[in-house]
Amino acid sequence: MAANDNLANLKPEDFKLIGSNEKEAEVIHRESLSAWQDAMMRLRKNKLAMTALIVLIFITFAAIFAPMFSEFNYYSNDYLATNEAPSLTHWFGTDDLGRDMFVRTWYGARISLIVGLIAAVIDLFIGVIYGGIMGFFGGRIDSIMNKFSEILYSIPYLLVTILLLVVMEPSLPTIIIALTITGWINMSWIVRGEIMQLKSREFILASRSMGADWRRLLFRHLLPNAIGPIIVTVTLSVPNAIFAEAFLSFLGLGVQAPVASLGSMINDALTAWLVYPWRLLFPAGLISLIMLSFNIFGDGLRDALDPKLKK
Amino acid sequence: MTRYILNKLFYTLLSLFILISATFFLMKAIPGDPFTSEKKVPKAIQERLYEQFGLDKPVYQQYINYLGKIVQGDFGVSMKKVNQDVSTIINKTFSASLKLGLAAIVVSVIIGVSLGLLAALYHRRLIDNIAMVVAVLGIAVPSFVVATLLQYFFASKLHWLPTSGFKGIEYYIMPVAALSAQPIAFIARLTRSSMLEVLHADYIKTAKAKGLTWRAILSRHVIRNGIMPVITYIGPMTANIVTGSVVIEQIFGIGGIGKQFVQAIGTRDYPIIMGITIFYGALLMIARLVTDVAYAFIDPRIKLSGGKEG
Repeated sequence: MAANDNLANLKPEDFKLIGSNEKEAEVIHRESLSAWQDAMMRLRKNKLAMTALIVLIFITFAAIFAPMFSEFNYYSNDYLATNEAPSLTHWFGTDDLGRDMFVRTWYGARISLIVGLIAAVIDLFIGVIYGGIMGFFGGRIDSIMNKFSEILYSIPYLLVTILLLVVMEPSLPTIIIALTITGWINMSWIVRGEIMQLKSREFILASRSMGADWRRLLFRHLLPNAIGPIIVTVTLSVPNAIFAEAFLSFLGLGVQAPVASLGSMINDALTAWLVYPWRLLFPAGLISLIMLSFNIFGDGLRDALDPKLKK
Repeated sequence: MTRYILNKLFYTLLSLFILISATFFLMKAIPGDPFTSEKKVPKAIQERLYEQFGLDKPVYQQYINYLGKIVQGDFGVSMKKVNQDVSTIINKTFSASLKLGLAAIVVSVIIGVSLGLLAALYHRRLIDNIAMVVAVLGIAVPSFVVATLLQYFFASKLHWLPTSGFKGIEYYIMPVAALSAQPIAFIARLTRSSMLEVLHADYIKTAKAKGLTWRAILSRHVIRNGIMPVITYIGPMTANIVTGSVVIEQIFGIGGIGKQFVQAIGTRDYPIIMGITIFYGALLMIARLVTDVAYAFIDPRIKLSGGKEG
């Protein structure tokens, strides 16, 4: 009301000509944000995603350092202290061979994270190159390569992985290879879709008209612009690889004892866990927490990088 | 339409052929043969065994024989279980797995769609939030963890449900719950976002404007259109449930194919591993084919575009 009264009482003398200043009109008062900074700002505002990120960082540090600073190690048996409940000496209890569960759980998390991250990085490389070629060249190359990936994809990947591991001796490298045989396909499709969309844009035409060859177009212009969906796909493929490794461990095709992964620890615990629940609860809880955090963080990252997609 | 189906069928058969060939050559890549482990076999008997199983022939001949037998549904004979052929083992154990799998699929679709629909209708309200927390948990927690937790609380602590076995309806509850946790989460998210999209579409406004009751709008327009993406998910969901049941059957002591598969992997019984892999592969590819074709029938846009799918 007060504002309206003031407006009504205005007289011609109250106005003053300040003129226009062309120089000042061009001044940018706010610091400009790149698309990347903008996305990071949105991500930082997403409390859930940031919590997930902090949890992931904490788990990573614990997985690296917890086994180092403990008086116990993951492989030494102690037959005088088998199946002990959690106590001050053994924080997570001990397993059937008297191995310290605290160290084994974090060591298992380390193995699970290594499998997840390396598999995701390999998927990233193969997927980006394959998808980039499909999307960039299009036409016949694209349709042949796409059909090949579709056929490979239609074969259930866990079956292929199981078959490969039955044939090869299960070890960390073979598990990662088996996981990446079909793991890259999803990434290649994402990259293909992005590149196909981007390549008809004006900035590509501009670069092309200045004589850029396909390597420059693909690696300097197209792929950097597709980085958002690529990062999101990587983040979401880590928990998939971790789950697949746990699943394989469950079938006895995971890393072999005394090396532990979270999946193989859960498998070991199954025989007696109704009596010694801590042997299952700690690794199972940790693997769930890892997968949960990666999924939440990945979702948050997607919302931040591509606000259009937000539902 | 016919071209579309034939095209899909061709690629399904091609994928199946690749899977069969891959299993054959992978098994051939293992050093030694089924009878190298039996040490003190006289040479004559060994040759007799080779002849009986066709191992004396060159590899390409064996490959052709193998393909021929599989076409007739003959997966060979188990190496560890005397006088049991793989087809019989699959036949005997399939019914338990089928019942479990179908129950899990039905439960996943019903609960998943209802949850997603409720979340969309009560967008940004309590029900929506609860549904999405359930969905995130369902996707993140592995099925075998769900299974073991259920077993611990409902069977071991509370004694409400039987720990293991497969004799009556109460034996279904925990395995089905564990198997469908992830699909429910996925379907709920899928349904929610697609229903939200439909709810904001113009034709819903038109339907409201012409005075249809909210119930009629929901059942005739919203659900029918919003359910489409769920249908495309049925193929992958079947794969998820089938591979998941491998582990779930083991945990709950259900005598299905999955349990045979795990045992065969443990004893390295190659013919069973190969047979079940191919059986599973065929099953999943057929499921995917059926979904694709069903989708083409339901969604007129695919019919019009003459069979090109993205």
